[in-house]
Amino acid sequence: MSKLVLTRWIPFLILQSFLLAIAFGSNEVEEEFSESLLLKPLPDRKVLAHFHFENRAPPSNSHGRHHHLFPKAISQLVQKFRVKEMELSFTQGRWNHEHWGGSDTLSSMNAKPVGVELWAVFDVPRSEVDTSWKNLTHALSGLFCASINFLESSTSYAAPTWGFGRSSDKLRYGSLPREAVCTENLTPWLKLLPCRDKDGISALMNRPSVYRGFYHSQRLHLSMVHSGMLLEQSLTVVLQPDTVYDGKDLQPSWSLSSLFGRKVVGKCVLAKSSNVYLQMEGLAHPEAHTLLKNEEFELSTQPDRTLRESSSVLFIFNIDKSSDSQPFDLGLTWKLTSKWSCKQAPLHASRFLMGSGNERGAIAILLKATESQEKLSGRDLTNGGRCTIKANVFQIFPWYVKVYYHTLQIFVDQQQNTSSEVLKKINVSPSADKMSSGMMEMMLELPCEVKSVAISIEYDKGFLHIDEYPPDANQGFDIPSALISFPDHHASLDFKEELSKLPLLSKFKEKSLVRSYTEVLLVPLTTPDFSMPYNVITITCTVFALYFGSLLNALRRRIGEEERFLKSKGKKTGGLKQLLSRFTAKIRGRPVESPPSEPTAAAQSSVLSSKLLFKIILVAGVAAAWQYFSTDK
Amino acid sequence: MATEKQDKEEEVKTDDGSPKIKPRPIVQLGIFLISHSPVFSVVFSAAGVMALLLLPLLAKNTYISENALMPGSARSMLSHRDVSDGSKLVNDVKNFRLNHEGQGVEVQRLIGNYMLDMGAEVSYQKFQPEGNHFHPLHFFSGPASFTNLGNVSCASYGVNVAGIIRAPRGDGKESIVLVTPYDFINGGDYEALSLGIASSLFSLLARVTWLSKDIIWLVADSRYGDYRPVAAWLTEYHTPSFEVSDLSKCDELNPSDSFRRAGTVAAALVVKVDGRSERFEDTLSIYAEASNGQMPNLDLINVVNYLAVHRQGFYVKVEKVVSLLSSSWLKTVGEIFEAVGKVARTLNPDWKFGIPAADYLEGSATLASSLYSQALGIPTGPHGAFRDYQVDAITLKVSPRFPPDNKGRQHEFFLRGAQLLEGTIRSVNNLLEKFHQSFFLYLLTSPGKFISVGVYMIAFALLVAPLPMVAASLYIDGCTTQNPAENLKSWKWLDAAKQVFALHLLGFIVTLLPYFICQVPGEQSPTNRSFIWAATSSSLLLITFVTVPGCSPFSSRLHGANWAVLKSVTISAAFIGLCLMSIINFATAEIGALLLVPMCLMVRPIKPDLRSRRVKSLLRALCSMVLVTNGFPVMFFAISKGLIGEGLVGLGLGGEFWTWLESLWAWKSATYLYIGMVHLPCWLLCLYILFHPS
Repeated sequence: MSKLVLTRWIPFLILQSFLLAIAFGSNEVEEEFSESLLLKPLPDRKVLAHFHFENRAPPSNSHGRHHHLFPKAISQLVQKFRVKEMELSFTQGRWNHEHWGGSDTLSSMNAKPVGVELWAVFDVPRSEVDTSWKNLTHALSGLFCASINFLESSTSYAAPTWGFGRSSDKLRYGSLPREAVCTENLTPWLKLLPCRDKDGISALMNRPSVYRGFYHSQRLHLSMVHSGMLLEQSLTVVLQPDTVYDGKDLQPSWSLSSLFGRKVVGKCVLAKSSNVYLQMEGLAHPEAHTLLKNEEFELSTQPDRTLRESSSVLFIFNIDKSSDSQPFDLGLTWKLTSKWSCKQAPLHASRFLMGSGNERGAIAILLKATESQEKLSGRDLTNGGRCTIKANVFQIFPWYVKVYYHTLQIFVDQQQNTSSEVLKKINVSPSADKMSSGMMEMMLELPCEVKSVAISIEYDKGFLHIDEYPPDANQGFDIPSALISFPDHHASLDFKEELSKLPLLSKFKEKSLVRSYTEVLLVPLTTPDFSMPYNVITITCTVFALYFGSLLNALRRRIGEEERFLKSKGKKTGGLKQLLSRFTAKIRGRPVESPPSEPTAAAQSSVLSSKLLFKIILVAGVAAAWQYFSTDK
Repeated sequence: MATEKQDKEEEVKTDDGSPKIKPRPIVQLGIFLISHSPVFSVVFSAAGVMALLLLPLLAKNTYISENALMPGSARSMLSHRDVSDGSKLVNDVKNFRLNHEGQGVEVQRLIGNYMLDMGAEVSYQKFQPEGNHFHPLHFFSGPASFTNLGNVSCASYGVNVAGIIRAPRGDGKESIVLVTPYDFINGGDYEALSLGIASSLFSLLARVTWLSKDIIWLVADSRYGDYRPVAAWLTEYHTPSFEVSDLSKCDELNPSDSFRRAGTVAAALVVKVDGRSERFEDTLSIYAEASNGQMPNLDLINVVNYLAVHRQGFYVKVEKVVSLLSSSWLKTVGEIFEAVGKVARTLNPDWKFGIPAADYLEGSATLASSLYSQALGIPTGPHGAFRDYQVDAITLKVSPRFPPDNKGRQHEFFLRGAQLLEGTIRSVNNLLEKFHQSFFLYLLTSPGKFISVGVYMIAFALLVAPLPMVAASLYIDGCTTQNPAENLKSWKWLDAAKQVFALHLLGFIVTLLPYFICQVPGEQSPTNRSFIWAATSSSLLLITFVTVPGCSPFSSRLHGANWAVLKSVTISAAFIGLCLMSIINFATAEIGALLLVPMCLMVRPIKPDLRSRRVKSLLRALCSMVLVTNGFPVMFFAISKGLIGEGLVGLGLGGEFWTWLESLWAWKSATYLYIGMVHLPCWLLCLYILFHPS
């Protein structure tokens, strides 16, 4: 049977391979893969390593459903959900804007909020965008072993209009600040590379050294360009080289093998280009650094090319020549103390919660002028005679933070500002309880000489339903990062040379928006103590029993009826009761009281209670005796 | 509440007056209790006092309830280099203060530079010493309400230094605060040692990789007291004012040193070094009580206690009432309990409730102190400021066993102190959730023993249980004995209720009076002020008696056994007041019940007793007089002063009482409200009953 099927399929197979061959032959554009690594010493004695992998595929119809290099999983995503552009990032640690830079391409592209961030633009009719988004989150969740599917619920994502920096009504944005990032997320990400982490630059990704870093952000950016699909994968890590403190306050010296514990042994054979770059900022004499050795530092390998930019020097190394016998191991040794500072964004943003208690609070965003802004204010950014900085603030509020938008206050240089002066545009979509999250987009136009801006907005804390709490006792709930972007400021490296052959550098040459994410905030909400449900059950049961018992008694009992019933019953008393009453009477040394002749209720009650007391004493005596005898043995 | 319901049912029962009906058991029990209320009230009250005395015996050993804390499971990473950093800072600060005189912020700068060198972010904060102004309407408002400062003078302000270490891989959502109060002008040598401990620790934390929460080290400028700088820093941290502040104008600091923050505060530790230890070991005292008897989670104390005792070998103690240690009656009680425990053990070896008399004495002295400081409602240290923001915090007061200039010992002292703090911070750092696992309502009898709410509330419940019983029986007596024609449905209690209400209203006004007395121009001494207060209060009392009908003791309408109804309503009011107070501040209610309950139960008109001239009656009259005298708040204050070992001053007592009350309202202690609105009216009513013309 199987043989028969096979023979029947053979002609088709042949036909297919033939067709494929035609397709290859006819199309000039091929799938391309390139890998690169950028290393950059940072002013605070750390080293930044930025892995960048670029995968291009021609428009999908030219190859049918098949790809040589491009990951099939991603192309299926594109086909199935009609994704026009998408970015997914996994981040651990905080980007230090003060020391690691805030306005260069590297930081504005790769400084991401803690946890998972996902945004996507779809190429579907407006009504289907939400469905596509939900399906996409589930698909990505499976693909990357992460709980991205939590972004499916309408309370966790938003549709920014202009505040995100990309104007599209088919854009959806969501982030999960609580997501822990680990190797299980890195492995599927590496699987998308043609050489995985077996060969080429990605072989450097030794898990312990990658995760030992101070910052770790793994990013996947997919876009549809005119020449087909473009998939960019980048991993940014900030590492601390191991150094022995020598008291000379030198920058630490490092090499690839000391940073990663591995060396590059040859490129990924499928890659069209594979390069390692070293970017040096703040050098004392940028002209003299073409040499391998100079008085400031020393490189272990001769760079293939050197590029100069306004503030930095870039050394390019080609790793084609490296092999098992001659591994590529770039090393940098400092000889002189050098201090520099990175380019800062015009304003440094921080965000914090205000207030105390479980009832209400306020969110404040503080923008502080940085040094680079002081320089900028000299530059002419005239807008009708006034020098201004534009800043967009984009913020998602989860529904349990019920924001009162009318309480928005803006203080410029510690003076309260009437909103219209600096607030040029605002777009607010209020949250609905347990339905959708709120969103606020603001465009501020600030004078260049501004020192500080504070934005505060008050909120009430919501009450969660019992099954909306996480299963364990928790520390609080998160408010995702706010995004501050500066539409008038663009980051780019200003190279004079033509760099289309070097994908990473051509990327850096493009102008990109300067943006920075603020901290994630933790809102402590009222939390019932779930660890002791027993107490709750007991108390509730007691209260219910007391309440319903008395209520039913009041409603049901008819006193008159009961009296009559008791009267009729009182005539025939049981033998045991008579015996008991006689017994008690004997104890009390009184004649037997006949029940009907007893006049006062109090006296009767005392008789009865003495009986009761007797019973209690009897039971207690028996219990004590039993306890005594049982423990003795 | 349940007993009251029973009383009602019982009333209905007796009301319809059919003797043959056998009431239900619960009603029977109610009737039984009410008809024998004198016996039961004595039994219950005695049991309540007994239960209170038994508490040290019932204390359980503390245990670490939250598994995630794992104290002491990691090896300390503190190196000698870190410690020598700390020693260097202490030396530098000392030398600097020797060479430079004045009020500048140079010492703060010096410490700030140390923090910067360790890799921390540093910020300086200016604050004003603040006079606490009593405002009746702000009593229960949040900590932010008193931010409006009056005129700002540049002459006097303090400067706090705060350094923040960011957790290398953390998300910055949470932080742990370490506070070392230090007086930059007159700080002693011992105080400077706390800087050494903290900076040794800080130097370590700046390089470790296990941090998941940011660490803030706050050097609080304690020239205006320990509490104020911490409270000011927390206010700035949580509720900053974005308006331009007057304080920033009197500038000595660079304005670019902006205030820095780090996430929600998870826990806070205040470290102080003071005085020399009297014992052979270094002593560590733990202070935990915050405002209104709020306590931090017991786990925080447990972790510190565990690490201090089992890892660092400190002698750990909590505050105790020293005078109780030498009291002979308590010793006798302890010996009796010990003997009873021994007897019980001979009967059954499993019954292990006896503890040695010495332990009992220690335990009760600690318990008394714990009760007293909770009842007072005044925080016992700067950690109290954190409680206003729902942060668990404790103060650790370390007393070294060496003089402060002993360099050799100092190194070891820093090492141990910093290791203790390192372990604690590491435990809190491990915690993924808020402190929630262990107790929040407890009393300590020693650093390692506690009494949870389930145990200590028994004493209170027993004490207040007779109140509704006696109230009910008195009401029945008052209604039935006088005139059989008038039955229970009469509105006679309304007159009594009016009186009680009028006096409670008076109590409320008397509570508010100090605010107006403070507004009186001119500098008044506390004695004068208390005199004004007493005078206005008593005149108000007279006015009430004259104007409000039915309130006057001279009114002819009151006659016969009407005092019984009045007493019944008084007792009900006291019961409600005590129960409400027990929810707000348990310890206050407990001590209040000890004073109020016997007084309310015993008090009765002395005239008939004196007239009858029988020994029993005279004894009863004497008893109620003594109890009523003790119940007077000023007397209570004097006795409590005597108990904690301070001398009684005859004439200055009024002034002292005034300052005491002033401190109570300045700290927004609910005890002040209790004294004014529950205790004082009840006492007045009892006095009124005592001299009732019947």
